[in-house]
Amino acid sequence: MPFIPHTENDIRDMLATIKVGKIEDLFDEIPASLRIGKLDGVPEGQTEQEISRLMMDRSEQDGRPLCFMGAGAYDHHIPAAVWQITTRGEFYSAYTPYQAEASQGTLQLLYEFQTMMASLTGMDVSNASLYDGASGLAEAVLMAVRGNRKSKSQRILVPTTVHPAYRKTTRTIVKNQGIELVDVPYCSDGGNTVPDSLRHLEGEDITALVIQQPNFFGVLEEVDALTDWAHAQGALVIAVANPTSLALLKPPGKWGSKGADIACGEGQPLGVPLSSGGPYFGYLCCKQPLVRQMPGRIVGRTVDRDGRDGYTLTLQAREQHIRRSKATSNICTNQGLLVTAATIYMTLLGAEGLARVARACHANTGRLVERLTAGGYVEPMFNRPCFHETVLRLSLPLKDVLRPLYAHNLLPGYDLSQDYPELGNALLVCATEMRTADDIELYGSHLDRIIKTQTVAGCPVEPKMA
Amino acid sequence: MSNIPVDLKYAKSHEWVRANDDGTVTVGISDSAQDQLGDMVFVELPEVGASVTAEEACAVVESVKAASDVYAPVSGEIVEVNENLGEGPEIVNQDPYGEGWIFRMQPSDADAVGGLMDAEAYGAFLDSESH
Repeated sequence: MPFIPHTENDIRDMLATIKVGKIEDLFDEIPASLRIGKLDGVPEGQTEQEISRLMMDRSEQDGRPLCFMGAGAYDHHIPAAVWQITTRGEFYSAYTPYQAEASQGTLQLLYEFQTMMASLTGMDVSNASLYDGASGLAEAVLMAVRGNRKSKSQRILVPTTVHPAYRKTTRTIVKNQGIELVDVPYCSDGGNTVPDSLRHLEGEDITALVIQQPNFFGVLEEVDALTDWAHAQGALVIAVANPTSLALLKPPGKWGSKGADIACGEGQPLGVPLSSGGPYFGYLCCKQPLVRQMPGRIVGRTVDRDGRDGYTLTLQAREQHIRRSKATSNICTNQGLLVTAATIYMTLLGAEGLARVARACHANTGRLVERLTAGGYVEPMFNRPCFHETVLRLSLPLKDVLRPLYAHNLLPGYDLSQDYPELGNALLVCATEMRTADDIELYGSHLDRIIKTQTVAGCPVEPKMA
Repeated sequence: MSNIPVDLKYAKSHEWVRANDDGTVTVGISDSAQDQLGDMVFVELPEVGASVTAEEACAVVESVKAASDVYAPVSGEIVEVNENLGEGPEIVNQDPYGEGWIFRMQPSDADAVGGLMDAEAYGAFLDSESH
């Protein structure tokens, strides 16, 4: 069988059959004003040699800075075996196979992944993954709108402590579907969403409440009170959770008296390298009553005619190849390769190993905060407990401090001034299990020196000769 | 040849409608529809109290082959749903015109049911669809 399905002849025959001159004519229906014309920024095809050189140059632009940045993607140790096994020929495909049942090994792996994610989040079911955490939240919002049939408002409460990029992506995906995303402000002392601040919304028709734990500031939200409040209003609860944190924190399925209804998030911390921002994968889990609203692939375990275990794609009536325009989502694939890595990562670490990673991250971030605040020019922004990330307030203009740190090949944290200008000189910092005591000391000593040169009155540099 | 009881009315989207003495109507899917869909695995029921308009999708029947919407044959309010289908969706296959009913509604216009097809017209409609 030829690898390229349509030869020039095939295409000519097909066009002749339907009496169309050229392929371009098939797109005539789309008004010219909506068409983009030429893609000027995209070059013509390049050779493997050219593209290798381009990608190598691009990847080197990142350098290898010492990373104290998180903000949604985290620098964790990935055991060498993870990608050694993931890139074996048997696993090395980006997709769920189309002849799915012929690939029992792939299906078993996805089933194991789903089992691990359901167990980590305390949910009944998981799908086989989505594109990333941000689109995962958008899909969770769409699920909640379909699943909460008592609510007619299509109003979703979204605290501003939810990752800004997730909020933006979700808005882009749902804004033209009559869904209203309502901002919920945070408490400036705690950096959290205060349950009492929602009181004025009581009695209104609310479809769902989103709760990110830990939130974008790294702060722990009062998930039990928020969950119970939402359920009392007839709203569903969508949890956005960092999977590493779930090794220590209460799983979303146990929040409040009934538990969150949907849990989603970014899977990158589970064995996926930072890699300049992607590819990553999103996870999506839910309680049993919502399973038919879930998008994406779901693998189930069954028995064959002879009673032997077998794995199969299940609940496919939700998906677009069967349900067409009424499918739960246009997503009918998953991030197979990254999920393979995550499954192997979780298998190698086990529950105890993942808990140790989480504890080490929490402890290191505590040490980092202690070291950076020792000089008196930096202090914690919020007074609530954090997991492995936290916001620091600097008494100097942020850019004057960050620039020299970048020059020392350090990623000192995420500058919050774009997303949260009201916080002033606010820096979101994170020290994972990868950061040693020496790394933290290096950051601290650079920061001390930079602050000193900028705060010595008059002349910032000591004269060389008296 | 599928079973088409003469005492019922039918919609083009394959629902049957039974007029009850209390003015409400009971709705299910026809024998032909359940046969086409195959073994039922799930029925998503409407909310009691929901207002629906004629030809609006208000329930879903999911079989091993497909998931299909069930449409309100007339406008009105949903007054009861067949909770037994939650645990036993196969009842729709076994007894589509009896125990396999899906919901009961109070039509907003008592005469609207008269506008639906009778058994003879529905039989002819099925014939025309299969050719």
